[in-house]
Amino acid sequence: MATLEAPRIVTARLEYEDSHTLARFLATGGYDGLRKALSMHPEEVALEVDKASLLGRGGAGFPAGRKWSMLRKSQLAYLVVNGDESEPATFKDHLLLERDPNEVIEGIIISAYALQVNQVFLFLRGEFALGLERVQQAVNDAYQQGALGSKIFGSDFSLDIVVHPGAGAYICGDETGLLEALEGKRGFPRIKPPFFPAVSGFYGEPTVVNNVETMANIPWIVVHGGDAFAALGAGRSTGTRLFALAGRVKNPGVFEIEMVKNTFRDLIYDPALGGGLLDGRTIKAFMPGGASAPWFAPEQLDVPLGQDEVAEQHSMLGSGSVVVFDDTTCVVRAAWRITKFFARESCGQCTPCREGSGWVERVMYRMENGGGRMEDLDLLLDLCDNIAPGLTWPPQQTTICPLGPSIPSPITSAISMFRDEFVQHVQLGGCPFD
Amino acid sequence: MTDVKTTVTISINGRSLEATPGELLIEAAERAGTYVPRFCYHPRMEPVGICRMCLVEVDSPRGATLQPACYLKVNDGMTVVTDSEKVKKAQDGVLEFLLANHPLDCPVCDKGGECPLQDQTLAHGSGETRFIEEKRHFVKPIEIGALVLLDRERCIQCARCTRFAADVAGDAQIAFAGRGDLIEVATSPTQPFDSVFSGNTVQICPVGALTAKPYRFNARPWDLEQIESTCTTCAVGCRVAVQSSGNRLTRVLGVDSEPVNHGWLCDKGRFTLDSIDGNQESSDVLNAATRITEPLVRRNGTLVAVSWGEALGEAAELLRAAAAQPNGVGAIGGAALTNEGAFAWERLLRGVLGTEHIDAQYGDGLNAALLQALPRATIDEAANARVVVTLTGDLREELPILFLRLRESAVRYQRPIVEVAFGASALRSVASVSLPVRPGEAHLVAQALGDGTLPQGVVFTQGELDAARQLIGDGEGVVFVVGRPNITESADVMDYAVRLLATQFSRAKFLPALRRANVMGATDMGLGPQLRPGRGFDAESGGRDALAQLEAMRSGEQRALLMLGGCLLGNVLDVVGAREALDAADVVVVSGHGGASLAYADVVLPAAVQHERLGTVTNIEGRVTAVAPKIVAPGSAWPDVAIASELAEELGQSIGLASVEQAAKTIEETTGYPALSVLNDSTSDGVVVGDVAERSARRPLDPMAFPGIRSTEEVGLGANAGTTSLADLSSTTSTMPATLSDLGASGKLEVPLADSYSLRVNLSRRLYDNGIAVQGSPALTTLKAVSVLHLNHFDLDRLGAVTGDVVGVTGTRGSIRLPVALDDAVPRGVTEIAFGSLDADGVDVVRPILDGRDVIAQVRLESE
Repeated sequence: MATLEAPRIVTARLEYEDSHTLARFLATGGYDGLRKALSMHPEEVALEVDKASLLGRGGAGFPAGRKWSMLRKSQLAYLVVNGDESEPATFKDHLLLERDPNEVIEGIIISAYALQVNQVFLFLRGEFALGLERVQQAVNDAYQQGALGSKIFGSDFSLDIVVHPGAGAYICGDETGLLEALEGKRGFPRIKPPFFPAVSGFYGEPTVVNNVETMANIPWIVVHGGDAFAALGAGRSTGTRLFALAGRVKNPGVFEIEMVKNTFRDLIYDPALGGGLLDGRTIKAFMPGGASAPWFAPEQLDVPLGQDEVAEQHSMLGSGSVVVFDDTTCVVRAAWRITKFFARESCGQCTPCREGSGWVERVMYRMENGGGRMEDLDLLLDLCDNIAPGLTWPPQQTTICPLGPSIPSPITSAISMFRDEFVQHVQLGGCPFD
Repeated sequence: MTDVKTTVTISINGRSLEATPGELLIEAAERAGTYVPRFCYHPRMEPVGICRMCLVEVDSPRGATLQPACYLKVNDGMTVVTDSEKVKKAQDGVLEFLLANHPLDCPVCDKGGECPLQDQTLAHGSGETRFIEEKRHFVKPIEIGALVLLDRERCIQCARCTRFAADVAGDAQIAFAGRGDLIEVATSPTQPFDSVFSGNTVQICPVGALTAKPYRFNARPWDLEQIESTCTTCAVGCRVAVQSSGNRLTRVLGVDSEPVNHGWLCDKGRFTLDSIDGNQESSDVLNAATRITEPLVRRNGTLVAVSWGEALGEAAELLRAAAAQPNGVGAIGGAALTNEGAFAWERLLRGVLGTEHIDAQYGDGLNAALLQALPRATIDEAANARVVVTLTGDLREELPILFLRLRESAVRYQRPIVEVAFGASALRSVASVSLPVRPGEAHLVAQALGDGTLPQGVVFTQGELDAARQLIGDGEGVVFVVGRPNITESADVMDYAVRLLATQFSRAKFLPALRRANVMGATDMGLGPQLRPGRGFDAESGGRDALAQLEAMRSGEQRALLMLGGCLLGNVLDVVGAREALDAADVVVVSGHGGASLAYADVVLPAAVQHERLGTVTNIEGRVTAVAPKIVAPGSAWPDVAIASELAEELGQSIGLASVEQAAKTIEETTGYPALSVLNDSTSDGVVVGDVAERSARRPLDPMAFPGIRSTEEVGLGANAGTTSLADLSSTTSTMPATLSDLGASGKLEVPLADSYSLRVNLSRRLYDNGIAVQGSPALTTLKAVSVLHLNHFDLDRLGAVTGDVVGVTGTRGSIRLPVALDDAVPRGVTEIAFGSLDADGVDVVRPILDGRDVIAQVRLESE
């Protein structure tokens, strides 16, 4: 059974219908964290976040406190918040932005105070129509309340937040692609070095780029202390985390649960969470951490929901998206769909990603639609090897950004776990699930 | 104190080698003889590491990883492997990916035979493709500009073209659109790719995605013959590879000359070949596009073809008769000649005809004696100067490659530019300070830069002046680039301004921005009043310049004119006065092309032009390089050295120059001016006059960076290569250049008073003017400048007009009607018009209403 005693850190307010309103926000401890933070020295605030050992919730899982400490000292520095959540089956930030935008904004203001930056850009996925509306409302409300603008709540700290809608490209979720887009350019991820936006980011100035959910955790950490946060979870994975559960489960949705204390089995099967598979279905495989994570087999259901715990099993917790495949799922079609996504969203800069994604997508499409050849299995694996040499996990990255090495995951997972199903497609001249 | 390390040691494939800290791995490896394949990397642009062809194994704390050699900078102890199985598989993988969507239509592709993608595939690629899917399709090709076509199916997305356009040229008119494998190079729907540097993108494209309209389907590369030469379309002196198929010029490519053009060319220089051999049918000698192929003599009012003997006899007769009178004969023109041709004519004019009235310029240049007296800068010195100060027209329009060099200095290396802004200019956006000035005020700026006092009535501010002075300091490390921004302004204004700068900033250097072909060589060979061959000056002699000669012809004192080049009427400001002068005198024209001036010619002697003749030329910095013939001149046209020699014989004397080589030898032996030594080293970057030690090593030819250019080994050296060196020549130089104290006083500089409705005219140069290069090249004629009056918003409002309105323009000689356009780069009280532009009826209407008598020209505008 799942361990559900942990407090709701980012979704506490969601039990109310009107959780997104300023009235509800103020009635339920809104700006408490901010007021407390403003009474502290900025470095003390950062210290609490560091003590919380909050891992970034965007996918890479880099400790937020460490990222903050890397910010190059400069007269001009920026905080950019990444809300360009665009991956298939990843929809946790979406929920926060629509249902508790004030909390996100409060977290941003506190973080900006801790970092002593005076300008924040909140880059939101352009398709989030309702989210954009509510976030902008929350920003407007914050200005009205004196929580934004000059001399916040009478302190010496001033801050402005600009909400910037993206133009529909997944690649702008990569932090350097995002910064390019924010600068008004094409969203091409930047080549490294420079390695960190904290050294050279927005317009070359030091910039911290944090995820929306990461920001939403900050008010609680300030109010309750970093130690209280770190007491939750285990190992490097502290606190609670949002998991977006999708696929063939009875009760798909976003769940905030304590890390490590729960397993994938808990998330998928607990009646209070996923509620198990649809009646009569059996689990075939699942994606443990988004579209680019190698798949897990049913044998791995008991792996704890922790960053290192999943990494030990050669995959990743990534963006917290879990997708369940059951016995009616065609894995060829599933892998093709993900591949098609990568092929469409490749920015087109690096050859292996641009040409490789399109090529494997076409082979997968052919395979699913009756044109598969036995030699295509080796071809697919070899093309994947040319995109991410060695097909190791974590992958060898030979492209500028991690989108390239993400491409092989669904294909190599599907082939290594369900080779027979590919053979069936070839022999049948079509999809056995049609 | 720690020692600064000047070298680092790296290991490539087990061999250790020294490299410079910060050097790119791909370059360090290549120097050590290890070639790393590449597509997006280009030595003249910043690396971007996107094609991923150059992946090599580099040791890191996490073990050996594949990294792009073009982007990685070397550091001490770096261990690199370029020949492992892992590297080979990664590189083969990238090549296979690049070919996946590539149409492989090599048999019908212009690039086939000189294509980096084809070459690498042949060397490393698999013989078979594993790609059996449908390739991506685009409409092919599309016209993205007037000169360039794009085949998106062939594109491998290396971004060389887009980076060149945005980073090098500053014309970000092409960019990527779309994503994934449907990414494409595109233009904005409303803005074509009309950069004057567009042809460079074709040259550096590593596939056949970009093709040049003038060359498309004209030849296969393996059928082309090539010589290396210097482009003389303007005076920058870009090194070029000139290619022909048989006796038909097909293509010009930029050679990567370190001191000059870095491989780049402007579109005018690249696409003007048709003006040389493309108009065989035209016989209208008044048309500048027409080649003169036979000697012509005027009989009963019309020019008729005659034999060389007859024409030379007639010319000699006219000149001899005129020379019999004091001051009876003179010569104008010569900037299109080689140094040897100019030297031969100088010998004939001073030695045989005994005249001092010689001028290679048309009253639109700078005093050559003054230039001799200045400390001179090279292009490299200007591009590396602490501060560059420009007093010129728009360099992108006048000397395009000098603009690229200065732009790079400002943008890539952050060196400040102070721009004395006479009108619109492409350097404006990268200049640190711009001082706007009106016609007739250049000397006031020069004075103010020295003493810091804001002169009365100028349009720049004290703040702008102070900012400029702060940068310039005492002039140490400063290069002044000086030209003639406005040909309606008296030459005395810039002349005086330059003298002021030279005396106030004695530590600064000067780079003349004269734009006409070999004008520097012609004046260095003595084609100017008081000038002597070998950049010499004779203070004792006199001599009339071009404008004074025209005056003397009108007054009847000068009875004959030897016109060297046929474009006098196309170049002088006072075109009405020039017609009167030509009408009054006997005129012998030596020219390769026709032109309006030939209406006044009594004898026309056909001359070989660029790419048809051997010799040397001198660029703006005084660099002497070799030009070489690629094709045979049409009809019975001769090189100038031969014409001058034969004419001298006809006049009963010898100038002792039987060949170009002999002329070059004589120049070098008698004056020390580099000539024969350069001719004999014709595939080098030449030498700078007065600085023969300066010789930069040529980068090895890189067919990946500049495809299409054949190596010297392949095409052979020039005809005289290696026969003499400079050391062999015993110089008997006795020529002395002018000094500032040799020069006479400057002329009057008072700007005449005018009513407040008059505007000062800035007649500024455009690249696509009405000259021979543009008129004779169908590819360029559509780009010709149109006559529009540019005004700033204040003057436009006062006139009650908006962009596009047609207004009446009244000058001293009459009225015309022209459209106006808003341009706030033009200072208040000024109207800028393109020199050599044509109105809607294709007529050059501006010059005929101006007389060129005042220090500046003014016009009155009236709204209709």
